[in-house]
Amino acid sequence: MADITLRVNGSEKKVSVLPETPLLWVLRDTLELTGTKFGCGAGLCGACTVHVDGSPVRTCSTPVSRVAGKSVTTIEGLPASDGLAASQLHILQAAWIAEEVPQCGYCQTGQIMSAAALLQKTPHPTDEQITQAMNGNLCRCGTYERIRKAIHWAADAANNARREIARSRYQDDEHANGGAR
Amino acid sequence: MSPLSRREFVAAGVAAGAGLVIGFYLPHGGSERESFSPNAYLRITPDNKVTIVVARSEMGQGVRTALPMILAEELEADWKQIEIEQAGASTLFGDQTTGGSASIRTTWDPMRKAGAAAREMLISAAALAWGVPRSSCTAESGHIKHAASGRSLSYGELAGRAAALPIPTDVPLKQSKDYKIVGQRLPRVDSPAKVKGEAVFGIDFRMPGMKFAVLSRCPTIGGKVSSFDDKEAKKISSVSYVGKIGDSAVAVVADSVWSAMEGRRVLNVAWDDGPNKDLTTAAVMASLKQAASGKGASLYSAGDPAKVSGRKISAEYNLPFMAHAPMEPGNCTANYQGSKCELWAPTQVPQDCRDAVAAAVGLDPDQVKVNVTLMGGGFGRRLEHDYAVEAALVSKAINAPVKVIWTREDDMRFSTYRPASFHQLSATLDGAGFPVALTHRIVAPSISGQKGQPTPGNVDPDMPDEAGPVYGIPNYSIEYVMAQTPVPLGWMRSVYALQAAFALESFVDELAAAAGKDPLQYRLHLLAKDQDLQYFTTTWKTARMRGVLQLAAEKAEWGKPLPAGSYRGVACFACFASYMAEVVEISMEKDEPRVHRVVAVVDCGQVVNPSILEQQIQGGIVFGLANALRAKITIEKGRVVQGNFDDYAPLRMDETPAVEVYAVPSAEAPSGIGEPSVPPVAPALCNAIYAATKKRIRALPILS
Repeated sequence: MADITLRVNGSEKKVSVLPETPLLWVLRDTLELTGTKFGCGAGLCGACTVHVDGSPVRTCSTPVSRVAGKSVTTIEGLPASDGLAASQLHILQAAWIAEEVPQCGYCQTGQIMSAAALLQKTPHPTDEQITQAMNGNLCRCGTYERIRKAIHWAADAANNARREIARSRYQDDEHANGGAR
Repeated sequence: MSPLSRREFVAAGVAAGAGLVIGFYLPHGGSERESFSPNAYLRITPDNKVTIVVARSEMGQGVRTALPMILAEELEADWKQIEIEQAGASTLFGDQTTGGSASIRTTWDPMRKAGAAAREMLISAAALAWGVPRSSCTAESGHIKHAASGRSLSYGELAGRAAALPIPTDVPLKQSKDYKIVGQRLPRVDSPAKVKGEAVFGIDFRMPGMKFAVLSRCPTIGGKVSSFDDKEAKKISSVSYVGKIGDSAVAVVADSVWSAMEGRRVLNVAWDDGPNKDLTTAAVMASLKQAASGKGASLYSAGDPAKVSGRKISAEYNLPFMAHAPMEPGNCTANYQGSKCELWAPTQVPQDCRDAVAAAVGLDPDQVKVNVTLMGGGFGRRLEHDYAVEAALVSKAINAPVKVIWTREDDMRFSTYRPASFHQLSATLDGAGFPVALTHRIVAPSISGQKGQPTPGNVDPDMPDEAGPVYGIPNYSIEYVMAQTPVPLGWMRSVYALQAAFALESFVDELAAAAGKDPLQYRLHLLAKDQDLQYFTTTWKTARMRGVLQLAAEKAEWGKPLPAGSYRGVACFACFASYMAEVVEISMEKDEPRVHRVVAVVDCGQVVNPSILEQQIQGGIVFGLANALRAKITIEKGRVVQGNFDDYAPLRMDETPAVEVYAVPSAEAPSGIGEPSVPPVAPALCNAIYAATKKRIRALPILS
């Protein structure tokens, strides 16, 4: 057994487990964060995807010792997007609901984590970039086309949101300027 | 419900954490004071909560949304006020099996009548309260209104009064033109919890003191445990129990899944391989071909194909064993406590789990309580009760609650497989090249037969839903030869319809090619006459099949030339009471097909929720493409070869085509939608490959 410290969804966690225990089982069994799913145990399906220091990682094949001291974000810790604080939804989660993506839903948390990592690096992905980023995530219900649509939806919405933010700032500035005049 | 049971119910709901979808069903007789529950599907309480009970299992197909929509429509409920409750195994709902694309078609009438009876009683209650004629009151959006006086009472306010009234037996049902909920693209109730990671699937359920178990099962089909040595396994941290479960498995129990898996990894088991240690897939396929010469049972017979003369064409087809491979591996949680046993099961068959567990642990069925959790896919795999029985046996052995978890390799190697099959088809063509006679001999082992269920007349009981005639050919015979195999068999999405459609619709394409005719026009010609084809209890109508084919041709612009290098294939089939046509567009890259577009048209009667219908068809086509391209379970030395998603690979995003879905407008009663889109995929794809290469594929998978 080994004592390992990691940051999960912003808070420090000390766990005492076999050092080779995959991060997946530490999240699910020790920390009871069951939104991260077990699908294959071999890094083939992506259902167990989380972010480690911002990058997508397959937790079923990542020993917990390898993430000691690192920052882990699971689906439960995916931050709410601007304007979605009330519903506590990330823009991708809102997009998944808007495009009616989930069927059984089992793989969708892993899909969303992969998509969130993609949008972090590539805010406006092309179809090809989406395929490349998402091809490691399996869905037996066959929701891929709706996933693709939802990622575009989120990218566009983020764009609009940014425009909205930009616009309100501009108005604030204008208001301030107007007050000064 | 007693106050205590309500608390339990709420506690269970919190444990389930599913937000809109709360808790587990506890049987009640509607006797709670002031609460109005005229039937087991509905409960209205004075606080104006309208709860609809779903007695089928949610595995992604949308029953938790679609079934309540049907009841809410007749109830004239306000959809926003509906709460949904998942029923566990019960005696109140008849057969609760979720399968055979039957949830909507079998509950359409009961759910509508349940809603309508409640609505009529609420109207009566309001009329009595106001002292006005019933006919002057209307139900609307969760209220009974009296237009003349402008008065209105909510369903909650009327619950107590309505509960005192007699339940009507004959109630008027709405006409489809008046529907406000049915037919709408209402958002699924389960989506928010699923995207937030809050949805509780079977594998996610937790309870205090719960252990985890994995089982080491005999890798050879039909083999047994000879002996085992638990010394190494027990050295693994937190492994608390190692013991035989049944004849062919050893369980390793620990405080975490990983410890249990590590314990299993180092566990030493000596196996008695049993009678199938030399079994191979090649031998199974040879035995199917051999069985084809045996006596078959007639599934369908028109005229006499033997008496027709003309140009004869014959072909043989075969399909392999396939595995469901749902994303959530098998699991079940059991808490055995001497005189009772409670299960939390991701299952399509709660009642079967209850009965099988009762028999396995020596209890009466009413001492076993089965809670139904969300399922991470089913596709028929969870029509088996194996996980439930294992969990109950382990719980009994350790006298504590336990969750049994299967790994992906366990799922692949110890599944119940779609039966392999062999098909002989022959046709006699008239001078114009159209068949005047057609025979189709289906050779496949019987799923139900293998499980010891009845197979009257040597016909597998699934055949009546899945292997019927498509065309009104005057001399037409479909026969079934029941083969035998030791390979465990199960019902997999579309069951035998996949095999029957692949063989028939590939063969019809061969006939069209032999006649030098366009394959779509050829089919339309065969469907030109309005005919009723009586197949067991179903009357297949050529007009409805023609309708879906015509619409598919129109939407796919069949007559319009494709860009150079692109090719089309078409297939149609009818099963689970629905009609389906699909046009597949492909190009060839290095001898392999690349599917770009699929146009799918269904006639499934009244559509309850168009968005869910599209999900089911899009998903069925992706599933069908995986079946067609790669799905193949092989057996060597009596053992399943495939183990994970590398050697049994589902479709990924890069292979997924754009799928367009169209439903023929219809006011007929709804029919199946979960499975009918699967069977036409493989033949339509193979027919497109023929158009591209002139090579006919007669065995699946395509990429073998």
